[in-house]
Amino acid sequence: MFSDYSLAELGSIFVMQGFAGLILFSVFVLMALGLAIIFGQMGVINMAHGEFMILGAYVTYFTSQFFLNYLPSLFGGYFFVAMGLAFLASGALGMFIEWAMIRHLYKRPLDTLLATWGLSLILQQLYRSFFGPREVGVELPEWMMGSIALTDSVEVQINGLFVMGLTTVITIVVALLMYRSRWGKQVRAVVQNRIMAGAVGINTEKVDRYTFALGCGIAGVAGSAFTMIGSTGPTSGQLYIVDTFLVVVFGGAASLLGTIASAFTISQAQSTMEFFLSGSMAKVLTLLGVVGILMLRPQGLFTLKVRR
Amino acid sequence: MKSTAFLSRSEWIGVAIVAALILVVLPLSVDGFRLNLVGKYLTYAFVALGLVMCWGYGGILSLGQGIFFGLGGYCMAMFLKLEASSVENTKIQSTPGIPDFMDWNQITALPWFWEPFRSLPMTIILVIAVPVFFAFIIGFAMFTRRVGGTYFAIITQAIAAILTILIVGQQGYTGGINGITDLRTLNGWDIRTDDAKYILYFVNAGLLLGCVLIAYFVKHSKLGRILVAMREKEDRVRFSGYSVAGFKIFVFCLAAGFSAIGGAMFALQVGFMSPSFVGIVPSIEMVIYTAVGGRLSILGAIYGTLLVNWAKTSFSESFPELWLLGLGGLFIAVVLAFPNGLAGLYQSYVEPRLGKLTGKKSDETNGALPQGSPAE
Repeated sequence: MFSDYSLAELGSIFVMQGFAGLILFSVFVLMALGLAIIFGQMGVINMAHGEFMILGAYVTYFTSQFFLNYLPSLFGGYFFVAMGLAFLASGALGMFIEWAMIRHLYKRPLDTLLATWGLSLILQQLYRSFFGPREVGVELPEWMMGSIALTDSVEVQINGLFVMGLTTVITIVVALLMYRSRWGKQVRAVVQNRIMAGAVGINTEKVDRYTFALGCGIAGVAGSAFTMIGSTGPTSGQLYIVDTFLVVVFGGAASLLGTIASAFTISQAQSTMEFFLSGSMAKVLTLLGVVGILMLRPQGLFTLKVRR
Repeated sequence: MKSTAFLSRSEWIGVAIVAALILVVLPLSVDGFRLNLVGKYLTYAFVALGLVMCWGYGGILSLGQGIFFGLGGYCMAMFLKLEASSVENTKIQSTPGIPDFMDWNQITALPWFWEPFRSLPMTIILVIAVPVFFAFIIGFAMFTRRVGGTYFAIITQAIAAILTILIVGQQGYTGGINGITDLRTLNGWDIRTDDAKYILYFVNAGLLLGCVLIAYFVKHSKLGRILVAMREKEDRVRFSGYSVAGFKIFVFCLAAGFSAIGGAMFALQVGFMSPSFVGIVPSIEMVIYTAVGGRLSILGAIYGTLLVNWAKTSFSESFPELWLLGLGGLFIAVVLAFPNGLAGLYQSYVEPRLGKLTGKKSDETNGALPQGSPAE
């Protein structure tokens, strides 16, 4: 399959596909960060994660509409407002769901999975009823359109670069929050030993609620970023949920570094193969590879050594 | 109850009631079209039954039972399709004698993995063997490395997704998103007539009752006890010298086998097979049948499947929008409020009263509590 192309062409192809892979990587990381916090730290499988993301995407869409109609002069900066709103909306919904549903099910992880699946069906139907079944797309501000030509055969899109930058910033913020803040220390203490954490005076219920809300809020931001590169429909979230779970499991559930490394591997493998094979076969081979490796090494790439 | 008894008295009554319902009451009370629908639902009950064994008793939640339902169904559908695309039937194609979708995709010879499906006995063997073998590989790889719980659920789900993408993507070999359609005859016997549909309904119901008896047999055997013990305290069973992985693989393969029979009967009764019965969404929906019926109740699986599907059909006929909300609500309600499903409600409210009415104490319990002494 390589023989049809010259060496220089192959180089460009790898760079371009690598860049496309980096955009996919950003989406994976943003989605997986929220999941890694919820699944990795709390052991809760949130099948409705995609729907939290889509909520963020819808919030972004409506914010862009609002700015377009009422504040056209500030349109260039609407995205930052939208991102904040998306975080708050998804986070608030997450907090409510934790209070109403998840906290009763911490002892039964498999049941959480079913309950959140039910939640995702309900949310999908609500989106369909309120926002319509059609996919919607946001209008990008001027400065985000176009692309930069690096060489004659290699071009990169500005919105892609922006999403990548955003991902980097959010990842750093989350890492600081989890590993450098007092709150992060409490979360990790609760994960490692819930009873002892409670005994030393950490309010574990509150930590759980805010952790879940944070994970959902990050999903909302992911959805917000997602509107920059794709359109949003009621069922868009479901397309990514399996991939994202695989990313988290492949990386080793409790490790942020592992999540990032596995998101990178999976997205690069998929987008490079997509050029040479059909899209569906690239996906099949990537997922098969991941499942195969997980069968040999079930604990994932990076593991946290904790006695439970 | 003696551990050697195959079925207890109340279980015999339960099986007899189910048998009467699906063999006598339903065929007499509903018309041919509805009966065919019931037949379709009963094929899902095979999957639900498998999940009772695998999830309820074994504690292994598989979110990929659609894989095995689909594999069984595809095996059957491939045989029927080959029979329907004989040289006479397909002489307008550029390559006569191969299924129409292959011809549309410029494939000129039958792929090798279609060859075994020319013979009926071979097909019947493969309907069971392929899914069970597949389940064995998955089970062996996962359980010997002590992967379980949520990880197993996620990985089975991923495999279901992979299989769907593969089937949809390889249009020329599998029929793509439309699946394998236009199935006509089984060994020369037209399966599309009303009479054939009646006969197939009864074959299906008979097979389902057979599987129910197998499930009861496993439940009452020593193996069933070990499964329950394993679900409750896996390490203790392992320390007692049992090979935990072996039992898990067995029950997973059993569930896969049940699902495969269901899939094959589905292809026969409905007349097509498509990837929409393989993926994640149908697989999880089948879990809810089990959960509604009661994850520990073998007969509950059948009632749960019939009830949920009946609700689905009647809701989607009148209020299609409400159905998804209802289904989602059902998931949440079953998990939060009735973890033992219909069977749990029956045991806690109906059974004590029945006992009073007949003047006897209900001597039997149910499956909810592991009976007898623990494995020692």
